[in-house]
Order: sequence, then structure tokens, then C-alpha cells
Amino acid sequence: MKKRSNWSLPYVLFMVIFVVLPLILILVYAFQDGQGRFTLANITKFFTDKDSLSTFAVSIEVALENTLLCILIGYPAAWILSRKEYNKSAVTIVLFIMPMWINALMRTLATAQLFTVLGVGLGKGTLLFGMVYDYLPFMIYPIYNVLSKMDKSYAEAAVDLGATPWRAFWKVTVPLSMPGVWSGVLMVFMPTVSTFAISEFLTNNKIKLFGTIIQENINSSMWNYGAALSFIMLIIIGISSLMTKDKEQAEGGLI
Amino acid sequence: MTDKIIDIQHLSKSFNGKQVLADINLYIRRGEFVTLLGPSGCGKTTLLRMIAGFLEPDQGTILMDGRTLDGIPPYDRPLNTVFQRYALFPHLDVYDNVAFGLKLKGTPKDEIDKRVRKVLKLVAMSDYEDRDVETLSGGQQQRIAIARAIVNQPKVLLLDEPLAALDLKMRKDMQTELKEMHRKLGITFVYVTHDQEEALTLSDTIVVLNEGHIQQIGTPTDIYNEPVNSFVADFIGESNILNGTMIKDRRVSFIGHDFDCVDEGFGEDTPVDIVVRPEDIYFTTDPAKTQFTATVKSCTFKGVHYEMFVDTDSGNELMIQDYDPYPVGSVVNLYIDPDDIQVMRKERTCNVLEGVWNQDTIDIEKPEFSLQTEGLKLPGRKADGDEALQPGSRVKVEIPFGSVDLLDDIDAGLTSGEVYFILYKGDHYHLTVKTEDGGFLWVDTQDIWDKGDLVGVAIKNKGIKISACDEEA
Repeated sequence: MKKRSNWSLPYVLFMVIFVVLPLILILVYAFQDGQGRFTLANITKFFTDKDSLSTFAVSIEVALENTLLCILIGYPAAWILSRKEYNKSAVTIVLFIMPMWINALMRTLATAQLFTVLGVGLGKGTLLFGMVYDYLPFMIYPIYNVLSKMDKSYAEAAVDLGATPWRAFWKVTVPLSMPGVWSGVLMVFMPTVSTFAISEFLTNNKIKLFGTIIQENINSSMWNYGAALSFIMLIIIGISSLMTKDKEQAEGGLI
Repeated sequence: MTDKIIDIQHLSKSFNGKQVLADINLYIRRGEFVTLLGPSGCGKTTLLRMIAGFLEPDQGTILMDGRTLDGIPPYDRPLNTVFQRYALFPHLDVYDNVAFGLKLKGTPKDEIDKRVRKVLKLVAMSDYEDRDVETLSGGQQQRIAIARAIVNQPKVLLLDEPLAALDLKMRKDMQTELKEMHRKLGITFVYVTHDQEEALTLSDTIVVLNEGHIQQIGTPTDIYNEPVNSFVADFIGESNILNGTMIKDRRVSFIGHDFDCVDEGFGEDTPVDIVVRPEDIYFTTDPAKTQFTATVKSCTFKGVHYEMFVDTDSGNELMIQDYDPYPVGSVVNLYIDPDDIQVMRKERTCNVLEGVWNQDTIDIEKPEFSLQTEGLKLPGRKADGDEALQPGSRVKVEIPFGSVDLLDDIDAGLTSGEVYFILYKGDHYHLTVKTEDGGFLWVDTQDIWDKGDLVGVAIKNKGIKISACDEEA
């Protein structure tokens, strides 16, 4: 071999074909009309269409609620898992992580069946349940990672300086575990914005999310508008990852 | 007000069945600089954490100003800790780290400000208030950690190996500063370290710990000049530890010669351990002063002094430190002052084990192994004509140190263990072997082993004494 950097060629090729090229295609389609002429109409259509905008607002709202619920449930779970006195074996962690190994669609379908059997009406509640169920491991894992690596002497030092364990937790443990929380937020919030399968199965498409209208447009061959919506979502993802970037840089973050 | 600020009574602690501290009794005087000194795993940090309140004792209590600390959580104890790796809060700057304790107590803002500035000045870190703690050097972090603790005006400051992470030069400087700070503040310091030199430099009182037991409590000079046992002598400073015999009061025999000494009350012809510090063996040209001669084997310059190893006329190796070098190969005349010979009672003179006699074998209980009785001298009949031993009788077995053999092959012997502690005694090594089941055997050997070596243990049939255990006992 001439140079070791040549070894990366297959990966570069892969990235170009499957990542860079599709992105360029999205960009091109988003600014073209059906005849292939340059236009801004697709973008302006989104900002003037009431339906699109309200779907977008609902998506953001659901994503925020889902993220908040995941933090509220996931943080205590991660904290308990990281404490040796409560969690004596690795099995418990695996149990929490295991749902990640099963296809999300399968789990969602099963959850929908469960609700049908129990006679629970599908709607916002079932949607959030499904989302929390799907995304909770992605919140628990990065927080658990940070907490279990955290030097115990920080909390001890706080207690030594006169803090009750409760105050030591809020003043030291929580601030020091924020990189893990931001990692979790990144991994839960953004996929929720673009999800469509969960809302389709768990609300029977009663609640439409941003991902749903992209899927609908693409399915009905409205490539250009679909691409424009995808482009807008990409920008939102970009902004939110930039916002959390420096916050989760400390060690222990997942990304 | 009592003079004892901290009084530790009958304190014991075990982790998973392993005893870490055994019946510790110790008091600390107000304003004293006390060092808990010992090798890693001796229990010193456990003791400190129990004073701080992070661990509960299994037995015993700790009194502070005459009142028990039992059940008082660490945040309500009037003491503060400087942690080993400082544990400064990385999300707070220097000022907020130092102010942490005061803010929790709801101290008024201007008072916090005044006190934080004062301690930062005391630790010479005034200009660093707004700095991120992670940008500070080890020594600077150390100072902030101390400032964060003393700003709360604790009655006792606990320091857990605070200098361990610093380099040598920095450590020396910080030692001086700590001593100075202790003098200025008048707070009681309880300091944990494994560094004997640090302990000697800093302390008013040193508590030497080993295996969960207090070995000796004393001033640095007491501990250095009059170690109570060979562990302390070996752990503190350099020393020649030798086997000797107390001939009578003020007269002791070792390395094949008789010496005058200052010790009394050991009885006549009693085996003892002798400690002679390397700087206490003197060279002389005066034949009248000469007590023994030796050949210089090696001579190394150590900065202030030369360190020489000599072989005495009786074949013992001694370490000597002197300001003048003597050429390798030369024969020198030496003497030791009676004051400088430290005589210590031997902790044991042979391995004393107990077991059950079963005719062909004796099943020793701890360490657990079977000893073949063939060829061993068994106790004869008692005066009333009964056999001294019946199958199943309990017996005491005394095995001289020299009759225990260590083998490379851990499966070849009667039992196996690891070399736990090594003492060089001038012409042989005295090893402590810890067996797998937690028993101990002591061995005299010429062979060189390293600490932690895994060895098989065999017993030579030489000088072993067997006697029946007293039924009543």
C-alpha cells in the first residue's frame, strides 16, 4: 500500500453516495418546481400554509413534551442505576437498554395492539406513551454514563461542606451531569420531530406530525415540496445540535 | 472544656468480613497536628472517613468535645475535609468553590465576601477568584481545596493524603506552608499519609497504623528513635534490624559481639530485635573505641551523606551513613553508642500453631494444612501413665522460623500463600507469608523473594516442638 489514508477510500465513497448525494438532492429538489426550474415557492408555501404550520407547531410541542417526560422519568432511573448500593448487577442496566435492540416499529405496533385490547382510545396520551417508551433508553443511557463515571468525592465534598444529601444532589450532582442530559435531549428531541410511524399507529393518524406530512408528500410524489419540508427540518436539527454542542462537550456525553 | 477535642474509643470496622480497624483507641488534643501514618490498606483512610462521618463504625464511638458523634451526619459535624484529589467543583469558579459552605449556611453576602477574600489571601491565591478551577495547576487546586475547607472555620481539619498528587518539589513547599497554616489558624489538623518523611516533618504526634491496629503513638522523635517494633522501625526511615540476645540489663549481644546499651527489664538471655539507624554507626581509628571491624562493600553518594554497605567480621550486612566516604574493600573499625541501640521485645520467636492430632497427621487449623507426624518427637506419657495424646487431642505445634521452606511451585508444599512483608536482618530475610485462608507463617530464609510473590510452603522436620494443649485452656 502506498499510503494509509487510502484505506479510508471505501468509507469516503459510501459517505458520498449515501449521505452527501442525498443531501444535495434534497437541496436541489427543494428549490425546483415540477418542471425543474428554480423557485422559492416550495419554501414560501410552507410558511403560508396554515395546515403545515400548525402541524409543525404540534410536532415541536409533542417533541418538547416527550423530551421533558423522558428527562423526568429517565434521570431518576439513571441515578438509581448508577448507584452501587441500589443496583448490584449489570442485568438491570441491560433490561433498561434492551428495548433499544428491538425494532421500534414492532414495539409500536405491539403497543397499539395493547391499547386496543385494553380499550384505551388512541390520541395524544397514547402517542406520548409510545414515544416515551421508544425514546426513554436514549435518555437514560447518556445520563447513566455521566453519573456512573462521576467521582463520588464531589458529592461527598458538598456534604462535608454542610449540604444535606438532597442539596448536594441539586447543587453538585445535577449540574455536573448536565452534559449527559444534553446528550439525551439531542437523541430524543430531534428524532421525535421527524417521526411519523408512532403517530400513525398510536393515533391512527389523528395527530399529524411534521414527519407525517413529509412522508405523505413523498408518497404522493410531491417530491419538491417534500424535499423543501425535509430541508426545513434539517435546518432545525442543525440549530438544535449547535445549541447543545458546547453544553455536552464534557466527558461522558454520548456523542 | 476538655483538652481532648477528639476521643476515639474501641473503634472497629469491617468490610465484607475483613477487619479493617480493630479496637482503635486514640485521642487528639486541641490544636494538635496529628498524622495517621501507615502503608496502603492499613485502615488510616477508613479511620479518617469515620471521623468525617462518611462511614459508620461497627463498634465503638468517636467523641468530639466530650459529646458522641454517633448518628450525626457529616454535614452537621463541625469539621471539614481536604480530599485526596481535591474534589473541587468543576462547574464553579474559584470564588464559588470557596464560598460553597458559607452560602449553604446562609451567611450574609458581604460576610461571605470578606471571609472568602481573607482565606484566598491566606493561601496566596487572591488573584484567582474568577478562574475556572480546571485551569489551575495541582498545587493551586490544593490551595483552593484547603481554602474551601478552612473558610468554614471548622474545629478540626481532616486531610486525606493532600499532597500525594503533587511532584516532589511542590510537595516540600506545601509541607512548609501547611505547617505554617496550622500555626496561624490554631485548628486541629488530622492528616493521613503513607509518606513517613512527610509525617516526621509535619506532625506533633504520629499514629503508626498497620493491619488495622495502632502500632505506636508518639512524637516524631519518639517514633524515629524508639520504634516499639520491627514494623515501625522498618517503616520509618532507614534502619538495620537485627536479631540479638539480651544478656542481662544494659548488655546486649548481636552481630557476634556484645554491646552496652541503656535498656533494662528484658530478663537474661532473652531473644530480642535490635534496631540501629545507619547514621548511628560510627567510624573510628581509635583501637580502644573499636567494637567490631567490617569490610566496605559499596559506597554511594546521596547528596548530603554517603551510604555504605559493609560486611561485619561476623558476616552480617549493615547500612551506614556518614559524611565521609570509605573506599570499597577497605577494612574499617566501627562502634555504636549505647544510646543508639534500640532494643525491642520480639513479637514471636517461632510459629505457634494449633491443631488436632490424628496419629499419622496433625491437622493444623490456621493456616490450614496437615503435618505428617512421622519422625516428629511427640510428647511422652504423662506422670499418671496415660498417653499424652489421644486421637483427636488438641496440640500446640511450635515451628522455628528456619524450618519453614518456601518453594517456587505453589502446589508442591503443604499449603501456599503470598510473601506479605519482608524484613532484612543483616544476614537473612525474615518474611511474613500470608496463606490463602488468611493465616500467617513467619520464615527465616537466605533466598531473595519479592513482596507479593506466590509461594508454596513446606515444613522441614527440624526443631519442631509438639505439646498437648491444656484441657482447661
